[in-house]
Amino acid sequence: MSNIQHRNTVQEDPWSALKAYTTARIALGRTGTAIPLKEVLSFRLAHAHARDAVYSRLDINLLLEELHAFMLPVVQLHSSVAGRHEYLQRPDKGRKLDTGSIEILQAQPAAFRQKDVVIIVADGLSATAMNLHTAPLLNHLLPLLKTAGLSIAPVCLVEQGRVAIGDEIGELIQAKATLMLIGERPGLSAADSMGAYITFQPRTGNTDEVRNCISNIRQDGLQYIPAAGKICYLLQEALRLRLSGVELKDNYKDPSLLTG
Amino acid sequence: MSYQHTIQFRTYQFDDLRTLLAKATPFRSGDALAGLAAATYEERVAAQLALADVPLKTFLQEAVIPYEEDEITRLIIDTHNQAAFAPVSHFTVGELRDWLLSDDADTQTLQQLAPGLTPEMVAAVSKLMRNQDLISVAQKCEVVTRFRNTIGLKGRLSVRLQPNHNTDDPKGIAASIIDGLLYGCGDAVIGINPATDSPQAVIQLLHMLDQLREQFDIPTQSCILCHVTTALQVMTKAPVDLVFQSIGGTARTNSSFGIHLGLLQEAYDAALSLNRGTIGNNVMYFETGQGSALSANAHQGVDQQTCEVRAYAVARRFSPLLVNTVVGFIGPEYLFDGKQIIRAALEDHCCGKLLGLPMGVDVCYTNHAEADQDDMDNLLTLLGVAGCNFIIGVPGADDIMLNYQSTSFHDAQYVRKVLGLKAAPEFEGWLQRQGITNAGGQLQPVGNTHHLLTYQAG
Repeated sequence: MSNIQHRNTVQEDPWSALKAYTTARIALGRTGTAIPLKEVLSFRLAHAHARDAVYSRLDINLLLEELHAFMLPVVQLHSSVAGRHEYLQRPDKGRKLDTGSIEILQAQPAAFRQKDVVIIVADGLSATAMNLHTAPLLNHLLPLLKTAGLSIAPVCLVEQGRVAIGDEIGELIQAKATLMLIGERPGLSAADSMGAYITFQPRTGNTDEVRNCISNIRQDGLQYIPAAGKICYLLQEALRLRLSGVELKDNYKDPSLLTG
Repeated sequence: MSYQHTIQFRTYQFDDLRTLLAKATPFRSGDALAGLAAATYEERVAAQLALADVPLKTFLQEAVIPYEEDEITRLIIDTHNQAAFAPVSHFTVGELRDWLLSDDADTQTLQQLAPGLTPEMVAAVSKLMRNQDLISVAQKCEVVTRFRNTIGLKGRLSVRLQPNHNTDDPKGIAASIIDGLLYGCGDAVIGINPATDSPQAVIQLLHMLDQLREQFDIPTQSCILCHVTTALQVMTKAPVDLVFQSIGGTARTNSSFGIHLGLLQEAYDAALSLNRGTIGNNVMYFETGQGSALSANAHQGVDQQTCEVRAYAVARRFSPLLVNTVVGFIGPEYLFDGKQIIRAALEDHCCGKLLGLPMGVDVCYTNHAEADQDDMDNLLTLLGVAGCNFIIGVPGADDIMLNYQSTSFHDAQYVRKVLGLKAAPEFEGWLQRQGITNAGGQLQPVGNTHHLLTYQAG
């Protein structure tokens, strides 16, 4: 029975000081060859957050309320995906609008067409990210776009959407450029990252090399103010140079980082 | 040529070998996405019944991607070894399956057969095999490679130490390396996926890894997993042990990766001429994964598993030290859940081994796949039984740069322990000299004065 007298069988690793240099899960300690339970559960919690984010839904009522406060018209759209399992297995369907959504866009009045930019908000792989970050980001971004003199089409709220669905939307509403705000694939370190994709001359069939991407927009990542600044810069440049993607270089200088 | 099979009153027709292979494939989301999967359970079995009757010789006459169009098809046909093929040349695919599982097909016989098999033959037979068969056959194979140590011996399981960091910070990377070494990992390679492909960053990391390896006299090799063109560029300025490249099974896929066979040959020759291996000259490290061809829109109507095995023909050309199928990284649109990931990993491992490749598997998944650590535990254990050459070791199974989950250093020790597997012999000796493991391979308590803990990253 002597083997079961020790209550704490966890062996700490004597190099936990190295944790200062990385967020990787080092110096976890061990019991036998196994990871101690405390660390196992901490991993499982991070994975649970990621899984919940993948299956989260856009909070349409909240988003509509927030978007209306910006005094912008909003249209609600849906991809041709039926449910989340199909979304995960059929990226092609997540890139196409359903027929009802196409009709909605075709019925938009002339006054909403041929704008400089259409802002699209899609759930992507983390609706959680969009529920959290859409309004705060737009709160900083819209005044910048207004100052820059850009005209804005109705905001499109898309359920079960992928990045490329923005091409179809932009084409139907005849916008010069799209700004797609979309939930990124959750990682263990963050389940609420928003991505922003800018595409000049949106056309169905465009591929990723014609887009500019700004990633990791969240409170502990790229924060709202620099994100909004970067997005506005890239949109202006895309419209000025009439291109986007690999040929549009991101030379944005964050004013808050400039010391004069 | 068309193929058919009748079940009761229904005749299933398959227009060509490519279609037959696709329809006979156990279900996975990628083939459904590509519109290639069998429409019903019955159609799938009908295709398998038809495939079982196809003579192996047919595969030398009917290419799934035309010879004129694709340099990988040309490589497969032009380098096929007729003498090695002769003993099985009269078999059908079904007879090959039964023979592979018989006691006649022992380790040495399978090693001699490897150059006689084409990727399509091997893909075909694997489609008829159950998971158990994939494990049994792979376990009989032995593919041994060498650079500074010996990888792939029976009873051994090596680990690639993958110390990635989101900004390539040398101190952050070093912290993960020390952690991995003290958990007995790193004998396959210490290999970093750089956050950027900039030559300057790659040079800095190469110097750091080499200096660390020299300082502690570690019998292993290092690799920065940059693009092959970057490796060629920095080779004269920094110590390159292994040259890395992601490869696919169609020429178009490879062209989307910015490579072709001539470029790989150039890199292979250049790496060989560096002569840095001490006990062997396997200098290439390749990564593959089912779904890459479809993802690049370059599958040409060939199912994702057959495309994958065709990539092994590319790898085989350059006698690699390591081939790693990054099975669960690509996402649920190609492999939806734990069941599909496990099946695909066992297929890749078995098919690679039959073709004579030093197969390792990145036992992994992304957060949008229907999989979790339990699935990875299952797969890791199965691969340990199947005799996988190496797995990936990431601190706590969480890759903070690539944002996916692989196996942890602890996981590697688990599978070595429950299956009695050991590290590569040279590395095993080093671990014992360092007091990290004992003669039985068990981890030993490490004091806070251990000399690895004195390492300072520059």
